[in-house]
Amino acid sequence: MNHRHIISVLVENRFGVLARISSLIAGRGFNIDSLAVGETEEPTVSRMTIVTHGDERIIEQITKQLNRLIDVVKVTDMTDAAHVERELVLIKVATPNAQVRSEVIQVVDVFRAKVVDISSSTVTVEVTGTQDKVQAFIEMVEPFGIKEMARTGAVAMGRERSGKSSRATSEAKVA
Amino acid sequence: MATTLTAQPTTIRPESDRSKWRRDMDGKECTGGAIFVECLVREGVDLLFGYPGGVVLKIFDELYLRRTDITVIMPRHEQAGVHAADGWAKVTGRVGTVLVTSGPGATNTVTGIATAQMDSVPLVVFTGQVSRELIGSDAFQECDTLGITRPIVKHSYMVEHPQDMARIVREAYYIARTGRPGVVVVDIPKNVTSETAKFEWPETVSIRGYKPTVEGHLKSIQRLADAIAEAQRPYLYVGGGVILANAHEELRELVEKTNIPVTTTLMALGAFPGTHPLFVGMPGMHGSKLANIAFQECDLIVAIGARFDDRVTAKLSAFAPKARIAHVDVDPSSIKKNVKVDYPVVGDAKWVLQELNKLVKPRQPNEWNRMIADMKKTHWFKYRHDESVVRPQYVIEKIYELTKGEAIISTDVGQMQMWAAQYCKFDRPRRWLTSGGLGTMGYGFPAAIGAQLAFPDARVVCIAGDGSIQMNIQELTTVVQRSLPVKVAIINNGYLGMVRQWQEFFYSKHYSSSHIAGVPDFAKVAEGYGVKGLTARTHHDVLPVLEEGLGYPGPVFMDFLVNPEENVYPMVPSGKALDEMQDEEWA
Repeated sequence: MNHRHIISVLVENRFGVLARISSLIAGRGFNIDSLAVGETEEPTVSRMTIVTHGDERIIEQITKQLNRLIDVVKVTDMTDAAHVERELVLIKVATPNAQVRSEVIQVVDVFRAKVVDISSSTVTVEVTGTQDKVQAFIEMVEPFGIKEMARTGAVAMGRERSGKSSRATSEAKVA
Repeated sequence: MATTLTAQPTTIRPESDRSKWRRDMDGKECTGGAIFVECLVREGVDLLFGYPGGVVLKIFDELYLRRTDITVIMPRHEQAGVHAADGWAKVTGRVGTVLVTSGPGATNTVTGIATAQMDSVPLVVFTGQVSRELIGSDAFQECDTLGITRPIVKHSYMVEHPQDMARIVREAYYIARTGRPGVVVVDIPKNVTSETAKFEWPETVSIRGYKPTVEGHLKSIQRLADAIAEAQRPYLYVGGGVILANAHEELRELVEKTNIPVTTTLMALGAFPGTHPLFVGMPGMHGSKLANIAFQECDLIVAIGARFDDRVTAKLSAFAPKARIAHVDVDPSSIKKNVKVDYPVVGDAKWVLQELNKLVKPRQPNEWNRMIADMKKTHWFKYRHDESVVRPQYVIEKIYELTKGEAIISTDVGQMQMWAAQYCKFDRPRRWLTSGGLGTMGYGFPAAIGAQLAFPDARVVCIAGDGSIQMNIQELTTVVQRSLPVKVAIINNGYLGMVRQWQEFFYSKHYSSSHIAGVPDFAKVAEGYGVKGLTARTHHDVLPVLEEGLGYPGPVFMDFLVNPEENVYPMVPSGKALDEMQDEEWA
């Protein structure tokens, strides 16, 4: 019942829109796991990717309420459509000595992550992937001690099949 | 009186009077203030409620120059100005306009905005703002108006440059009146009113994120028609959306074709004739027993422009256990918000009803109709006649009888609101003004002022409480200044009656802060403002006071000193199911 959903929202790229969306989410008591915002190929439009969870009724309300906002151009629930999804995470791991450091770097290699900074006592790693992969990586380095972490939240895009993009099923349709 | 009312517009966008257009402004460099006022004229605005202040002086100066085109009504408090625009919008079916200054002017509108938005009343509220370079500096009379109002509006704008003025004003009115109507706030910084731009009037409006559905899906309407044909005990649950869509005639046609009993919500009184044999009264917490039992017994609910509010459904898990539910609404988010829906139809109520009337099969009255007709005799609103006290129900019943159901009635919020809804019948829409969603005390008097301004010859009666009238009593000045013959009937019981009723039932009769000490002599207060004041102290005073007051050509305050500890019945206690209604003890 309580499924994870990834909802892509195209909005007018203008002052105050993020405030409208977050005010709606807070005011209606919806639970949000992450929210990522950025410009699209069309400079007047931004894409917000919202990861949330809830039963069918709650997700339907979220998409409908988002659609009600004048500044929202389009709402797509990507969950059931073929899509690619990525999140980028920066993690600073404690590495008090050379042995720990090399153990951490082994994990980094297996996950095809990247070391982006290094100091005498820490290694900062960049991991990109799906939520599962990111989560698995975090669990692997947790025993070493995570000093700091920054996550972007997921972004997603529909897969293209022979020139046609795979359309998500529930573009907030009702009837 | 009645003739003025029948002349009310049936479309919500009036044709703008093009003879008022300043064509010479087209393509010319003009100030933001001049553009603003010209845009209002072109939108068809001929009356607005405005309270001036520092940052909107340029606009008020332009309004002075255009005073033959736009009448500015000054309320005595900005909240009352918004309620007045709300009442005006409800009776005319047009978009109401409000103009206030920044800071306190803007914050005073907040209650009015939330009230109108909850009841889907189309308004555009223009708020002044400090100059662009001062925004964010905690300047004098600065506040983040858009931030404060964001959760209670349909949409909002800040006009950052004078060249954006025309487009934004046009979009604001378009958004306010289309789809599910609502409130649009437009914040105008002071510098924008004096800076100049080339005036270009956008003939059309196009907003890519806003395309309200008007035409319902024909297949979904066919499914609804089939469901009606199959139902044995169908029931029409009509909400304010039918009035907003001007769909009352289509509704009546549907009922005459199908003989389906009709309940109209508090917001929808008048959407279907209150005197019609198939009308079963208002539903919900203080609705008729008949309307509530019909919900519990029917096998199909056809909801049109209603939203399954908690005051209507009572305990949701016990609501309409035998029924399948059809829901017609212009707002997709309204459907399946509170209840599971079997037959959803997204579309404008008028459009959908027109199509449904073509598709639906005529239905003959059956056992269900006979049951409803029988129960109407026994399960209707009633009170025990008692001449030893002034019973508030009696006062309201007499207001209805003396005005022959022709008056525009506004109410405040609380017990008298419920009695008014129970004992006044409305045969036509747009004559009933009440704050249903937000439940705002102090709404009735200014709303009546708005209605009277729209229809100067109509009889407008505000039914108020001694608590709520004091929330906007300063509007007596507006009534005097504008010579508005508004009749105010104060149901004066010395209590916040509905609060006291709940304290009696659920809080061990601890009348905590509900007793209103120091209630003034309202007749004298009225006289102090130059308004006629009358007082009824006994049952036998009621009729003479009403006859004199309602017959008087100017504004009147009528103070009815009613039995203090009256309760509104029937009542579904909070958390109970609709068929667990309580009656007055004797009943």
